Amino acid sequence: MLTPPSSSPQVVNENAPVRIAVKNLDFFYGENKALKNINLDFKDRHITALIGPSGCGKSTLLRIFNRICSLYPEQRAVGEILLDGYNILGPNVDVNELRSRVGMVFQKPTPFPMSIYDNVAFGIRLYEKPAKSELDGRVEAALRRAALWDEVKDKLKSSGMGLSGGQQQRLCIARTIAQQPEVILFDEPTSALDPISTGKIEDLLEEMRHDFTIAIVTHNMQQAARISQYTAFMYLGEVIEFASTNTIFLAPEKEQTLDYVTGRFG
Amino acid sequence: MSKAPEAAQKALDGAFAGGEALAAPSANLATERDRNAETTMVDMSTSSAETQRATYVPRATPKKGFDFFFRHASRASAWFVLVLLAGIMLSMIVGGWPAFREMGIGFLTSSVWDTQNDQYGAWPAIVGTLITALIALVIGVPLSLGIAIFLTQLAPPWFKRPVSTAIELLAAVPSIIYGMWGLFVFVPLFAKYVQQPVNSIVEGMPIVGTLFKSASPSGLGILTAGFILAFMIIPFIASITRDMIDQIPTVLRESAYGIGATTWEVVNHVLIPQAGVAIIGAVMLGLGRALGETMAVTFVVGNANRLSASLLDPGSTIASRIANEFNEAIGLQLHALIALGCILFFVTFVVLVIARLLVARVKRY
Repeated sequence: MLTPPSSSPQVVNENAPVRIAVKNLDFFYGENKALKNINLDFKDRHITALIGPSGCGKSTLLRIFNRICSLYPEQRAVGEILLDGYNILGPNVDVNELRSRVGMVFQKPTPFPMSIYDNVAFGIRLYEKPAKSELDGRVEAALRRAALWDEVKDKLKSSGMGLSGGQQQRLCIARTIAQQPEVILFDEPTSALDPISTGKIEDLLEEMRHDFTIAIVTHNMQQAARISQYTAFMYLGEVIEFASTNTIFLAPEKEQTLDYVTGRFG
Repeated sequence: MSKAPEAAQKALDGAFAGGEALAAPSANLATERDRNAETTMVDMSTSSAETQRATYVPRATPKKGFDFFFRHASRASAWFVLVLLAGIMLSMIVGGWPAFREMGIGFLTSSVWDTQNDQYGAWPAIVGTLITALIALVIGVPLSLGIAIFLTQLAPPWFKRPVSTAIELLAAVPSIIYGMWGLFVFVPLFAKYVQQPVNSIVEGMPIVGTLFKSASPSGLGILTAGFILAFMIIPFIASITRDMIDQIPTVLRESAYGIGATTWEVVNHVLIPQAGVAIIGAVMLGLGRALGETMAVTFVVGNANRLSASLLDPGSTIASRIANEFNEAIGLQLHALIALGCILFFVTFVVLVIARLLVARVKRY
């Protein structure tokens, strides 16, 4: 069984308010039911990890929180997801505004075909028209938060595509932070990166959780154990067990969870 | 100071040595393989422990003759293109030379085209070629981008298929069909519903009046040719652009939507720049076709030998003039037509170079 590191960040504040509440959520790809009756609470300023074998629906779930799934007409979510008590699956939701409040970082780094500076400023410019000096300040702040500033401060005008994979991923995180969202979704953010870059991103996540509510999908159970405070184990479109990370990894209630976290199946 | 040449010499020697080293094994390859085959046979008879390895049958020696032939045939094909290009260029220059010599620089700048007095000037045809192609791009490129973006981003699947097929069919329509359709269908409609109303509106207006008033609203003219050319290049630009946008990874598009960008912002700031080089390439392909298109343009351009300030007046392009007069041309007129062809060659070449430069500039992102 995995032992969480001694300097464990798994300090759970039981009284933290719920930021995202998922209630009786079903999800369909066409006729195919991919998520079945999901009920989950994501606590404010905590990291919640979604783990489970491939195809269990964890990425699917994540992609509903900012309605990326709405880009595809054949995909449909039924149920309720309350963001601060407001149902984001409702008919009158401004998805663009929602996406600026619920940022997302993808599995592969996705720098836009523009300069490093413009990559970070892009999200800000969509909603505000800040003065040049203010924009400069916010871009720098975002790059500093993403631990990328020192590496790129002399080449802000060069293309974001020229950075290494790990730097690109931190650029994407900076871009997301710059919009000052409340929630950030991470869809396997380190699965395409080398161990050193992965370490940097994990450090970053620990820092960020003091300011953002974070949901992360990961295949790497050690990663989930290291960085998250809550963990949901999913299997075949259902949440099998949802509890504090310590509970899931040290004393899970369900046998299936125990088998998965100890590597006996999955 | 003299170190540099020395070093260069050394490198050169090294390269030669390397070349020899490389050449040696390839010459010995056959014998090497034979030797391997021998050892395998020996192994088979002597050592039973290596039976597993011994069952490996060496590949039958490839037909060396065929490989030799294949390599040289492909090399010859490549050279053939160069020889062909050089041959065409040379014969154009030789054929057109008398006209250039007779007319001098005036051949480029003069607007006279007088077969009676053997006076020829290419200026109206050059301008006509460039302007019809420009009009075609101005109309065709936005439409093509619109088609490509709709097909890749917005269209429901049941609609995507028929539109894509229609575009591919349009690309396959021969230019003579475009010309006939243009002359018999588009031209009368254009005369009635565009030229005549426009004439009555712009009558007497400065600049606009000069640009858009047609002396005889017959429907034929530079603008009509531009429209037909636009219809002809749309399928090319649209289908290449569609393929390029389709190749952009979904996750890039999703992450652009994911930070709250609207469809317009995603397309304009992320997808188009991402496909940028390829789109410029597609546009240049269209431009190349527009510059050289002959049949369809000859039908609708009006074939006037003079240069008019109005876009709605008849004019001519280089290709249309050649097509019109080639049959009856003799003597200096024939040389003048070949010289026109030479200029078209050159114009197309310049456009190609500009396109390359543009692509190189955009590639930085």
